[in-house]
Amino acid sequence: MSFLARERTIAAPGYSRWLIPPAALCIHLCIGQAYAFSVFNLPLTKLIGIGQSAPNDWKLTDLGWIFSIAIVFLGLSAAVFGRWVEEGGPRRAMFTAALCWAGGFLISAVGVYVHVLWIIYLAYGVLGGIGLGLGYISPVSTLIKWFPDRPGMATGMAIMGFGGGAFIASPLSVWLMGKFTTATHIGVAETWICMGLIYFVFMMVGAAIVRVPADGWVPEGYVAPSQSSRLITTNNVYVYDALKTPQFWLIWWVLCLNVTAGIGVLGQASAMSQEMFKGQVTAVAASGFVGLFSLFNMMGRFLWSTTSDFIGRKNTYFCFFALGTVLYALVPYSGSIHSVALFVFCYAVIFSMYGGGFATVPAYLRDMFGTRYVGAIHGLLLTAWSAAGIFGPVLVNYIRQYNVDHGVPAAQAYNVTMYLMAGLLVIGFICNACIRAVNERHHMKDEPAVQTAAAVGGN
Amino acid sequence: MTGTNNGLKLFLAWTFVGIPLTWGVVQTLLNAIKAFQ
Repeated sequence: MSFLARERTIAAPGYSRWLIPPAALCIHLCIGQAYAFSVFNLPLTKLIGIGQSAPNDWKLTDLGWIFSIAIVFLGLSAAVFGRWVEEGGPRRAMFTAALCWAGGFLISAVGVYVHVLWIIYLAYGVLGGIGLGLGYISPVSTLIKWFPDRPGMATGMAIMGFGGGAFIASPLSVWLMGKFTTATHIGVAETWICMGLIYFVFMMVGAAIVRVPADGWVPEGYVAPSQSSRLITTNNVYVYDALKTPQFWLIWWVLCLNVTAGIGVLGQASAMSQEMFKGQVTAVAASGFVGLFSLFNMMGRFLWSTTSDFIGRKNTYFCFFALGTVLYALVPYSGSIHSVALFVFCYAVIFSMYGGGFATVPAYLRDMFGTRYVGAIHGLLLTAWSAAGIFGPVLVNYIRQYNVDHGVPAAQAYNVTMYLMAGLLVIGFICNACIRAVNERHHMKDEPAVQTAAAVGGN
Repeated sequence: MTGTNNGLKLFLAWTFVGIPLTWGVVQTLLNAIKAFQ
């Protein structure tokens, strides 16, 4: 379909680059629903029993796999299809992501209707997971190309949408299920049909708006540097050559360790606050904290990545690791002095840096490997997220259980975990410190990155 | 003419994504406030 071809998406003169962030948000606000999938867990365990789970109803442990499969396929599809996304253009990728994501919901609704769980594993987990991966990386390189002067801010806006998507999906899901649920029926299937259709339309608006800049386009008043600075290259590295550089793997570990530490405590924030402050924090207050932390997670994506445009990517990650180490180590102290305020403060900043780590990394890759294949390289890097998704929760859960089994009081069961997370961040700090400019033997020879033709662009 | 056209497109595009995002953030904040009360 020519409508999807990269050539059809080249912006006409005068096109405003500020239309690209909303196009990217159309995608990320939809796929960010993944973070809110847990709102369906309980209703899915009562599809037959309605009021309470019947013997034939699905178990919570089986349902947990849906999200896990989706996150694994996010990483895999981003890694496998990154080059296709980069070379086929953002509209084709966004359209495919919309088909996979919406298709995942619609087929999952069939799975609910016939009550066959593996259909949901395949539909939401595999197909939807591929939609997640394609959608996540599809606007990244386009944003970087439109905003060479502020790449951190631009990608931060999109990736903030991924955090914000859960804020929309959670109340929307609850509201839709309320509309479709009766005394004899739980309306999950109908809700998923509605959400699939809404997300498809929303994502297609993004695909229709998105444009790539014409060759040689630069923002008005922007002068592209003619020479690489110490940590910002003007050259490009081919996607698979990036894998041969130590820089790629150092950034892989930087992301993996930052996410491992964050994701490990993300799922435990509610339980942790209640166990550390027994009698002070109720379950309702804990859910309020989690909502607040999610807001910091979302805002951190924009604020930290924007800050990175001014202080540099390496320094931003130094902040994450240095500040994070102190804050993780302070969490047990907050429990020992019974200071809920200190606990909330530490967690709020930790979550802002967790989100900030995701949002700043595309610009870090741009600085190291150039703009040409940054989307595809970012896709490969997202395997670090998949790995962290396994490391983090496993570390937190197993260490806590080990402590509880060995007689450590529940209020102190997380202390070792938090010190361990602080230790991981120290390793991340060292990895970040080791990052230097990519050796020029890895640079693409036939395609200079600097676009010197000063085509007049919009703003 | 292009400037006006661009301005309208920008307004529509940002409103299209801004309204649901703001709605979601407000809902989350309201829930958080309720929890703290």
